[in-house]
Amino acid sequence: MNAAQVGTPGVSTDPGPAPSLRRPDTRPGSRGLLRHAATPVVLALVLAALYWYVHGQPLDQFERRTLNRAYITRRVVEHIELTAYVTGLVLLIAVPLGVLLSRRSARRAVPVVLALGNLGQAVPSIGVLILLFLVLTDTGPATIAVIAFVAYAILPVLRNTMVGLRQVDASAIEAARGMGMTRLAVLWRVELPLAVPVILAGVRTALVISVGTVALATFIGAGGLGDIIESGITSFRNITLLTGAVLVAVLALLVDWIAGIAEELLRPRGL
Amino acid sequence: MTDLDRPGSDRTDRTDGTDEPMIRLDGITKHFPGAALPAVRDLSLSVPDGQIVILVGPSGCGKTTTMKMVNRLIEPSAGRIYLDGQDVTSANPDRLRRRIGYVIQQVGLFPHLTVAQNIAVVPRMLGWDRTRTSARVDELLTLVGLEPGDYRGRYPKQLSGGQQQRVGVARALGGDPPVLLMDEPFGAIDPINRHRLQSEFLRIQREIRKTIIFVTHDIDEAIRMGDRIAILGDGASIAQYDTPANILANPASQFVEDFVGAGATIRRLTLRRVGDLESLDDWPSVGVDADPAALAGAVGRAGGDFALVLDERRRPVGWTSPDARRGSGGPVGSGLPMLSTLEPDATLFDALDGMLRANSLLSVVVDGDGVYRGTLTLDRLRELIHSDPGATPARPGDVPAARRP
Repeated sequence: MNAAQVGTPGVSTDPGPAPSLRRPDTRPGSRGLLRHAATPVVLALVLAALYWYVHGQPLDQFERRTLNRAYITRRVVEHIELTAYVTGLVLLIAVPLGVLLSRRSARRAVPVVLALGNLGQAVPSIGVLILLFLVLTDTGPATIAVIAFVAYAILPVLRNTMVGLRQVDASAIEAARGMGMTRLAVLWRVELPLAVPVILAGVRTALVISVGTVALATFIGAGGLGDIIESGITSFRNITLLTGAVLVAVLALLVDWIAGIAEELLRPRGL
Repeated sequence: MTDLDRPGSDRTDRTDGTDEPMIRLDGITKHFPGAALPAVRDLSLSVPDGQIVILVGPSGCGKTTTMKMVNRLIEPSAGRIYLDGQDVTSANPDRLRRRIGYVIQQVGLFPHLTVAQNIAVVPRMLGWDRTRTSARVDELLTLVGLEPGDYRGRYPKQLSGGQQQRVGVARALGGDPPVLLMDEPFGAIDPINRHRLQSEFLRIQREIRKTIIFVTHDIDEAIRMGDRIAILGDGASIAQYDTPANILANPASQFVEDFVGAGATIRRLTLRRVGDLESLDDWPSVGVDADPAALAGAVGRAGGDFALVLDERRRPVGWTSPDARRGSGGPVGSGLPMLSTLEPDATLFDALDGMLRANSLLSVVVDGDGVYRGTLTLDRLRELIHSDPGATPARPGDVPAARRP
């Protein structure tokens, strides 16, 4: 998992043309963004094929209950909402925690926190989800789902924040301190900007993980696209099952696509 | 440690109370936790205003630690640090550092900021307005030899190593600090570019007159760059603190002699320039179009040896031919060709090198326009080496523009 999280999939790492007198443009150009054009086209084609296929099938009463516009739209919105909450919370927790843990004074806490993060990811999230549901009887299912999935997705962002800060060129930090920047200014103006690409790679991983795990929310009644899959399983309706599975996959790829573009746009120029 | 009159502390530059050096370290000590011996032990050192003082010594002697205690990237365990007469040992370190430029070997440019933004970091912290900062950036880029229009908007990765260090120097000068600390600034640059950067930095220093502490382990760089050199031994103890010429002429100890290495006398020749000699010897000369009588006279005055042939603008063109030496032959002509001449900014080392190469006992000195000024003989060179140990250090390019070719 390590290498995959540190790397930035889809982002070209070739150094580009050698510096010339003409000032080279380091902003991701239209050519760079064009590389991302294929994904939405393919996803649209997949959705169109799915629609065409489902439309061509005679649907029975069970199938019609789930395979209609209102039901699907609601599940998609729920799914996106849950994912957004999970990712937002992960960011709010993992980035500041990663920053704290990368400070020299917190060196001793690092193994403990990383062990907890590893634990969160190692324990199957369905197990955590069901356990929390049984223990926290007074809490709503959506809240429980968010807690369980945050625990699962926190590690990539936490670890990438730490790795990202650690790989910042020590001489840049020394120069910054030597110039009279305060520690906070060094963090804010040098360390974090230089760690952004690695942190964003972690966020992208966490997003994709979350889209997948949120499909489990259905088991405690918290909604999402998992409802369609689950309905397909329990009623032995393959067409329903197929629709739910394809939708989750398409959503995951779409989120990954958006995150990839965001990664490229947010990466500081000059890196 | 506060006893300022403790014997043995460095007082060479303090003739009276008002002549306070720009940087004064008084009995500073650094004991790293867990280390058996202190990295720096009771060091006192004064750096006079506007001079380059080189800290040089073997690896691990504490020279970098010493330098980093000046801007308190490393806090001293004991002792006081004075900047321009003011005790800064417990001043706010961040504010202190904005008054001290800092250049390191790895440069440490901020890769996500443009060249202009890198240089503007300190001016912005000092609260300069946009116009002043921008003007300062352009001024500094020009100073370090980078065309502002071309380089302002570039990112560090679009620069070569040498260009990056130029920007590093410009950035260190951003807030116009009186003091500059340089930690092996040219150490990571290839020899040819290093030499060029050294010369250029000396040119810049002649304009900006900063007080500079410069750390290196390279004694040749120390001799080339330093107004004064502090050779440090274990625990940053000062083995000798003197001008390059004096260190080469009178090493204070075996340690200094060993550190300076072989060839100290030859190296001293690189510190003096032909143009700085008070007088040159004359040698019998004759014009290209002189008649045989004048020629015979000149050869006679040369003791029967070759006489110098000058053209109508008194530029040396050659030596009289062997025929003329024998008292026969026609017009002078240019005779034997002139193999090499010395210009005023040549060093005595160049003079000796020229003599050895041409198998000659003298070198001809010309001014910037090629006009004959005099000669320098091997005997004179030998005298200069032995009579004048405390010569003024000379540097490449350190000649007034009027005398340059």
